[in-house]
Amino acid sequence: MQRIGVFVCWCGSNIAGTVDVKQVAEMLKHEPGVVFSTDYQYMCSESGQNLIKDAIKEYDLTGVVVCSCSPRMHENTFRKAAASVGLNPYMVEIANIREQCSWIHKDMPVGTAKAVILGRAAVAKVHLNAPLTAGESPVAKRALVIGGGIAGIQTALDIAEAGFPVDIVEKSPTIGGKMAQLDKTFPTLDCAACILTPKMVEAAQQEKINIYAYSEVDSVKGFVGNFDVTIRRKARFVKEDLCTGCGLCTEKCPMKKVPNEFNCGMDNRSAIYIPFAQAVPKVATIDASYCIKKKTGKCGLCSTVCGVGAIDYDQKDEFIEQKYGAIVVATGFEPISVEKFDEFAYSQSPDVVTSLEYERLMNAAGPTSGTLLRPSDKQHPHTIVFVQCVGSRCDAKNEKGKQYCSKVCCMYTAKHAMLTREKYPDTDVYVFYIDVRTPGKNFDEFYRRAVEDYGVHYIKGMVGKVVPENGKLKVQASDLLANEQLHIDADMVVLAAAIEPDKSARPLATMLTASMDTNDFFTEAHPKLRPVESPTAGVFLSGMCQGPKDIPDTVSQASACAAKVIGLLSKDKLTGNPCVAHSDELLCNGCSSCEKVCPYGAITYADKEFRMPDRTTAVRRVAQVNPAVCQGCGACTVACPSGAMDLYGFSNQQIMAEVDAICK
Amino acid sequence: MENTNLKERILEISGVNPRKCMKCGKCSATCPNYDEMEYHPHQFVDMVEKGNIEPLMASESLWTCLSCFACVERCPRSVEPAKLIEAVRLAVIRAQGGNHLKPQDIPDKLDDELPQQAIVSAFRKYSK
Amino acid sequence: MTYSYYPGCTLKTKAKDLDRYARASAAALGIELRELPDWQCCGGVYPMAKDEIATKLSSVRALIAARDAGTDLVTMCSACHNVLKQVNHDMAADENVAAKAANYMKLDEPYRGETKVIHFLELLRDEVGFDELKKRVVKPLTGVKIAPYYGCLLLRPGRVMGFDDPENPVVIENFIRALGATPVIWAMRNECCGGYATLEKKEIAEKKATAVADNALANGAQLMITACPLCLYNLTKNAQSGLPVKYFTELLAEALGVKEDA
Repeated sequence: MQRIGVFVCWCGSNIAGTVDVKQVAEMLKHEPGVVFSTDYQYMCSESGQNLIKDAIKEYDLTGVVVCSCSPRMHENTFRKAAASVGLNPYMVEIANIREQCSWIHKDMPVGTAKAVILGRAAVAKVHLNAPLTAGESPVAKRALVIGGGIAGIQTALDIAEAGFPVDIVEKSPTIGGKMAQLDKTFPTLDCAACILTPKMVEAAQQEKINIYAYSEVDSVKGFVGNFDVTIRRKARFVKEDLCTGCGLCTEKCPMKKVPNEFNCGMDNRSAIYIPFAQAVPKVATIDASYCIKKKTGKCGLCSTVCGVGAIDYDQKDEFIEQKYGAIVVATGFEPISVEKFDEFAYSQSPDVVTSLEYERLMNAAGPTSGTLLRPSDKQHPHTIVFVQCVGSRCDAKNEKGKQYCSKVCCMYTAKHAMLTREKYPDTDVYVFYIDVRTPGKNFDEFYRRAVEDYGVHYIKGMVGKVVPENGKLKVQASDLLANEQLHIDADMVVLAAAIEPDKSARPLATMLTASMDTNDFFTEAHPKLRPVESPTAGVFLSGMCQGPKDIPDTVSQASACAAKVIGLLSKDKLTGNPCVAHSDELLCNGCSSCEKVCPYGAITYADKEFRMPDRTTAVRRVAQVNPAVCQGCGACTVACPSGAMDLYGFSNQQIMAEVDAICK
Repeated sequence: MENTNLKERILEISGVNPRKCMKCGKCSATCPNYDEMEYHPHQFVDMVEKGNIEPLMASESLWTCLSCFACVERCPRSVEPAKLIEAVRLAVIRAQGGNHLKPQDIPDKLDDELPQQAIVSAFRKYSK
Repeated sequence: MTYSYYPGCTLKTKAKDLDRYARASAAALGIELRELPDWQCCGGVYPMAKDEIATKLSSVRALIAARDAGTDLVTMCSACHNVLKQVNHDMAADENVAAKAANYMKLDEPYRGETKVIHFLELLRDEVGFDELKKRVVKPLTGVKIAPYYGCLLLRPGRVMGFDDPENPVVIENFIRALGATPVIWAMRNECCGGYATLEKKEIAEKKATAVADNALANGAQLMITACPLCLYNLTKNAQSGLPVKYFTELLAEALGVKEDA
């Protein structure tokens, strides 16, 4: 028989306001096995904890029930208090009488009665508790960063700085990501390349960082501290170790009509290419879908001109297997396709562009070498209309758009408008906005400068239709403050397209068993208190993959993420969660139901010999749980048809005892 | 100004929830007949939400809305302003003597080529 | 291929061409269009109000007749198509409308939108196929630059009509290509021509129709095609642009070599 102590917390008036705590303590005193019961204002305070510790010693308690807030808040506090006086921490149970009782009831008698029932259930459970000891597992002291944009680069640099090796896996031929395509950055207007390329070079030079560009994560197995990852190094058809990045092959390549993705398809590149001058690694890549040699077997010019013999048309994908202690997701974003919003005529006129395309049109390394020329006739535009919120902030029924605010558009549009007016004062610039959202350091000041110093016309309203006609874009829009419909003959229209997570995020999340929201952004373990961790242990989030962010926010999150990774990698061993599943081999019939529902791949099967009643032996296939991988979710215990699967700390018997106590 | 009963009726007939509106003005931006309307699509949404419906009922705008559904199609918030305009129009023509178009008006408006479609749809929209 | 066919009131009088050329073309393509017996006028414009029942019943009768005939229901006129498809959607999605309609009509068997309503253009695209249509063309309209006009009725509301991308449609463009002609891509192809205003405020209809036709002309159109009698009327009679407008079925019959037989 257990000797149980009950401790009822007031939580100030949070609980005591709707629950008669004295009565709860009194009622629970009469439950079987309860030898001590009391109440206190703040059980989580030091004196509250001391109250528990003293009672454990004085009454020789073998079990403790704390009636308080959610176990997510203070379960650990009370477990540690119990452990400090020699009681196994898993002999402590929490009855949640705050979130599940006092906060949702108004009536004191109702709240009190329910609190008593919840306490009674916890007491019933403690009777069946057994001391548990957590296992330990080693930590592989290496981190994997998936995605080589500014988020991935910053996280990798910070982890490497702390002395741990890091591999960056980047799917395109160079690291740098979307930031490499940007012209200037708000609100300081420093050039994106000027601040990004030093980081790219630093990552390349940092001895602890290994860059796998043009590579993808092929599979992930294992668990926190012990991930086994296979990386696919896609064939570049160029030997990375030999190529000097001289660029001669790209000049001589006869296939020059390949849309250049770095310039958003607004100009062309060759079939063998280096994405941009500061690419890291600066190595050529053959685009097999356009290469004449790859397609017809004839040509081979690049191989002829290459002075170091780096071209290898027969190169195959290579696979690398590596062990990691932590995985960082930094897969970034892309703008949505705006063709579904063709009231803005994006698919009808080359002069209707997205904001990312506008970045390239303004950039010295862009298709127009930094002179703003409209794509259709390479003339200087005199009237430009910017449209905000294209595909952002849509209703759930509007399947074309996203429900969220994309966060960065207000500021980059202000930047575009300002820079346009600065470089070309003869250009009229209109910005149609629903709201101007500028919460950030020096952000609103920046936007006001666009209006006050640069004379950008900010108009509260939306564009409703763009009609290309006779070389102009006839823009029909509303000016809500003037209560007018405007008709503007524009030379260019720039669409602030909503952003969405990179397409690679969803399959990656499946591989990592990391959760995502309905928009395919990775979910954080807690939106406020654990913002850079995935709920899946050992998986961390950096940058836009978790939600829309500008560069300052991305870099802050990237460094925060690195700090969390460093904290993990600094440990030699990880203490596991003892509340894991286990299988009763005598009951298991090897049906695989549990394996199918296990989200963590923790269940395997083994053939075991069993002695049968007639003294013969039989070999049966039975389930086995890897306790280091099991997260204790309990899905297998529900799926198991024979009752062989059970969870330590939450056994079927314990749950039934709780239910019985509640229904008594 | 607020006329609660009338507002409730309009919302019920139209099935529109004007609270979904984020006041972007795209409906009025895309309306092909904006300049012929005294009250514009976004104002219908706003004024119905405020219960300020009588001015809308007295307005010429009811008969100049083309029911082309551009505002319905392009509203990012799925508010469907055209349905509100139709509901206000119905509130007018369903009342005794509220018909906007009378059969005796028709002969003067006909020409040899005018399709039946123009007449039947005008009656459906403007009369009960 | 047998379909129930709902011609609608205008196709029996002022828009006989739309109907006549469609029937001749359908026959040439081996499609049987069986006109529904006793169909009634759809009313020309979809009654949007949630509590409108009586004005939807003529459509419901046609929909039920097609169901009972065991065929899909083909429409030709943009307006009929819009009304029938939207009412059909109500019958499927709005329990209240379906129950009240059943009550009014004393239906033995409830109707919940089982009939598939398709426009003749959808039939050509999805059932015949534009590749097949191209093979059947005997007089290709090579070199003609044609502006496809969708107007307001064929595409919207996109969610209910499911006809094509409401902002970036391609079905009439591909139809034009199948006939051997060249489609003009122009922005006003899904803007309202203002036809509904012609009865009371002709000047509005004139202004809107002219703006639409001008945009087609500016993009090099020699001819515009439509499926809507009111658009055709408004764009020929009220627009000041002088751009000829024809029914899409007339071009189809011409390309199939059956225009004279019609």
